[in-house]
Amino acid sequence: MSAGTFSPAPGRAPMRTIIGKQIRMELLLTARRGEAVVLAMGVPLLVLLGAGLFEVTNLPTDDRLGFVVPGVLALTVMSTAFTGQAITTGYERSYGVLKRLGASPLTRPGLLLAKTAAVLVQIVLQVLVLGAVGFAVGWRPHGDQLLPAIAVTVLAAAGYSGLALLLASVLKPETTTGAATLIYVLMLSVGGIMFAAPDLGTAGWFLLPLAAHAEALRDTLLYDTSVPFAIWLSLGTWAVVFLTAAARNFRWE
Amino acid sequence: MEAIEVTGLRKTYKNREAVDGIDLVVARGEIFALLGPNGAGKTTTVEILEGHRRRSGGDVRVLGEDPGKAGSAWRTRVGIVLQDAADAADLTVREMIRHVGGFYPEPRSADEVIELVGLTAKSKSKIRTLSGGQRRRVDVALGIVGRPELLFLDEPTTGFDPEARRQFWELIRKLAGDGTTIVLTTHYLDEAEALADRLAVMADGRIVAEGTPATLGGRSGAAARVRWRTADGVAHDERHEDPTELIHRLVNTGVDLTTLTITRPTLEDTYLSLIGEAR
Repeated sequence: MSAGTFSPAPGRAPMRTIIGKQIRMELLLTARRGEAVVLAMGVPLLVLLGAGLFEVTNLPTDDRLGFVVPGVLALTVMSTAFTGQAITTGYERSYGVLKRLGASPLTRPGLLLAKTAAVLVQIVLQVLVLGAVGFAVGWRPHGDQLLPAIAVTVLAAAGYSGLALLLASVLKPETTTGAATLIYVLMLSVGGIMFAAPDLGTAGWFLLPLAAHAEALRDTLLYDTSVPFAIWLSLGTWAVVFLTAAARNFRWE
Repeated sequence: MEAIEVTGLRKTYKNREAVDGIDLVVARGEIFALLGPNGAGKTTTVEILEGHRRRSGGDVRVLGEDPGKAGSAWRTRVGIVLQDAADAADLTVREMIRHVGGFYPEPRSADEVIELVGLTAKSKSKIRTLSGGQRRRVDVALGIVGRPELLFLDEPTTGFDPEARRQFWELIRKLAGDGTTIVLTTHYLDEAEALADRLAVMADGRIVAEGTPATLGGRSGAAARVRWRTADGVAHDERHEDPTELIHRLVNTGVDLTTLTITRPTLEDTYLSLIGEAR
């Protein structure tokens, strides 16, 4: 061991580099969690091919893929931004990972930023893959309303993230896992993915954000119309309420 | 400039004073140990110094900056080994150390750090497969990978076997020898005695004594305890400021000296009486 091996050498690595490294690590960790990848990609793919190509459910339209693919995209956003994120954050908090990384030069805001970015990267990749598979089997969406479709997706992802971080902060990790999975299954069954969502009027958009998001994607991509104001309002409310609650209650340990 | 300067530090939780007005100075290059029972306020104090917890009052300077406001440049100069062992389930030892090393401008190489903490044989194992003591060593490795000027160690050797503790002490002495300032909290009095240049004892949020391991709590000036047994089997136990004269007398009266013991209070005796008084 050379002399000076131990001599302190302080300095500064640029914050952008540090956060970039953390984003890559978050993605690597996600890729290594087999069950997370299956939940994030396997279930949506199965629904897409099953309900999209075969007459297994009654749909309010003849364009099966036109109905199912937007729903599957919405489902994927939920499973990544909500279910996956709630479970990982819950366990990382209890293991002390968040506390330790927050104490390193990464800092706490840096860690949150990296996690958010990693979730967004995942969502973009998943939407591209599912969109491509859909296209390959015959899905032909309209492209004129693409911007509102993206905007409404960002809003939905923000609300899901807020709820995920909130659950992970106030519940034990095992309870978080249970609750997040239960909500996923519940939303999958009544969220208007494989068959039409229950007609609850406008209130339904506020109770079932997945149904609201799926409906908004169908309005834009299938029917080439604009997103109803009630859906903007519902997803906007979810985002503001749960992000605020998460910011107030988020715990690192 | 001192590494740490603290005056009148206070931390109040709802209706409890966790830290109740303490003063501390740690010089550069020093190994400083903070002792005290669970709940004494050691971890709270250290977490405030690490910039991890807000204080309720008082003035704190760590490496010349207020840790409550310091940025990421300051963080790269400070190494932290937290009390609870962490677990990044699906990373290997080497991956985790390389990753965190990447947050620092001039990190030590992962292999070097792994060897320093004695985990070479486990470097390719996933962290979640390690034993508690081995995970603790990963924590220590992550604390030193960035070549900190100041290293905080919160109960670092919990879960170590005796040999691993000795190796760890050697590592700490080596780091200190190269100019790293070290602040350590521990339950093990032999650890404090073996490592610390200076130490302080906390109880109920206050510092009840401060000194070197030899002088803490008036230990060097304390009375010696002399015990012996006479031929008729009667046990004697006396305290003397200077036992020399007593020993002379015993020799002259023909006492069996094989039963004679002279002891000064150990660090443990001093510590227990200090925290006993504070309660």
